Amino acid sequence: MIDVKKLTKKFDNFTAVDDISFSVDKGTIFAFLGPNGAGKSTTIKMLTTLLNPTSGEIKLDGKDPVKEKNEVRKVFGIVFQDPSLDDELTAYENMEFHGALYGIRKAERTQKIEEILKYVELWNRKDELVKHYSGGMKRRLEIARGLLHHPKILFLDEPTLGLDPQTRNHIWEYIKSLNEKERITVFFTTHYMEEAEQMARKIAVIDHGKIIAQGTAEDLKKQTNTASLEKAFLELTGKEIRKEEASTAESMRMRRRMFRR
Amino acid sequence: MAIYILWLRQIKRYYRSKSRIIGSLGQPLLFLLAFGFGFGPIFQRAGGGNYIQFLAPGIIAMSILFLAIFSGIEIIWDKQFGFLKETLVAPISRLEIMIGRTLGGATVATAQGIIVLFIAYIAGFRLSGWAMFPFALIFMALISLLFTAFGTAIASVLDDMHGFQLIMNFLVMPLFFLSGALFPLAGLPKTLVIIAEIDPLSYGVDGLRHTLINASHFGLPVDLGILSALTFLLLILGSYLFSKIQI
Repeated sequence: MIDVKKLTKKFDNFTAVDDISFSVDKGTIFAFLGPNGAGKSTTIKMLTTLLNPTSGEIKLDGKDPVKEKNEVRKVFGIVFQDPSLDDELTAYENMEFHGALYGIRKAERTQKIEEILKYVELWNRKDELVKHYSGGMKRRLEIARGLLHHPKILFLDEPTLGLDPQTRNHIWEYIKSLNEKERITVFFTTHYMEEAEQMARKIAVIDHGKIIAQGTAEDLKKQTNTASLEKAFLELTGKEIRKEEASTAESMRMRRRMFRR
Repeated sequence: MAIYILWLRQIKRYYRSKSRIIGSLGQPLLFLLAFGFGFGPIFQRAGGGNYIQFLAPGIIAMSILFLAIFSGIEIIWDKQFGFLKETLVAPISRLEIMIGRTLGGATVATAQGIIVLFIAYIAGFRLSGWAMFPFALIFMALISLLFTAFGTAIASVLDDMHGFQLIMNFLVMPLFFLSGALFPLAGLPKTLVIIAEIDPLSYGVDGLRHTLINASHFGLPVDLGILSALTFLLLILGSYLFSKIQI
């Protein structure tokens, strides 16, 4: 479903993603792990048509994100790391907006929105402005939105970041049942190793732009001779804390949080 | 459908933010009352006639300018807070996104211009005739489009709101104050006239004055020609810069 060959992205002199190859089979859950600044986000941006690769080849459901942008965009749904809802619109309007952007006809849209919002248990609060939603509700809404146009692949960039264990559990229940019932291929990143260990059939670990290990959680544990995926991860990527410059987006996020207090 | 929904979003965002509406109407009202009644007697004595009559088209242009630039610059917020990504990964072209947003921003700004016209009416402003009123609307729409596209162009190259104050003080304010919105251009020092001739808003203000109170400095063909040409150019520039945004 996802095929990546010798993918490379260079920014000026800096190589963010360095000659990586991997593939994700149809209907499976794939975890893409790595420390901050390892190249995860850059890879996702290339997979989702937001960034053109310097070299290498990507195929999503057989289509090329560089040459067939709009075709590829219909194939996947995405939940970004940062909330990407319009706070000034209601949940229903956010869904409507998405449906219209993806060219779903009114009748189908109305029916599908109801179905999905009921599925993530937000239907009875559909007319509230999103700014009054909690973090967990926003995440559920984003997942619902990402599913509206029947994607074959769902990208989740740290979908459970900052959520309490109850909400995290809830969200993974949705994702798992979607994967089982609808056979949606799931590609996700996370810093919670136990999520990767429990959910993913296959895991790839990226560091300094290179994939340094891939396989099942068992494979990685065997390879590093460790008892848990967390230990295996630390063994693979080292214990040093990564220096990463705060991007403008991050500093804005900080400021917004302070503003809300 | 994509363009329509993007347009609709801008409209909804505007009428939902009541504080913004009040804020953006308060300023023109203040200018109209303070300048209109404050300078009115002097203007009259100097032989300029009724100052409210002269000032109102300038204030309408001002309120459109501010709101249009804001609508364009709002893209920075969308960029920072993620919503732009949602539109960028949708199966539509960047040009459609730009067109939808710009039309939405321009619609809101034009509506604002009409509301300010009503406020001016209450303050004593009177149209010289209704025949030219449709053309006044065209001018409002052109000013709206021009500066929404301008705001979009600026927002496309800026990464955060730090530069915003700079833009307000060194771009938007001069555009307004040097446009002849507050004073007649005839008989000014040559330098000031040249600056006013470079300022795109001058042609908008002048066009509005022509169509609302039948008084013009440049003449209607010049106003309409230059304003249309500039709007077209900025729409192209805005679209180009918007298409270059990297997230």
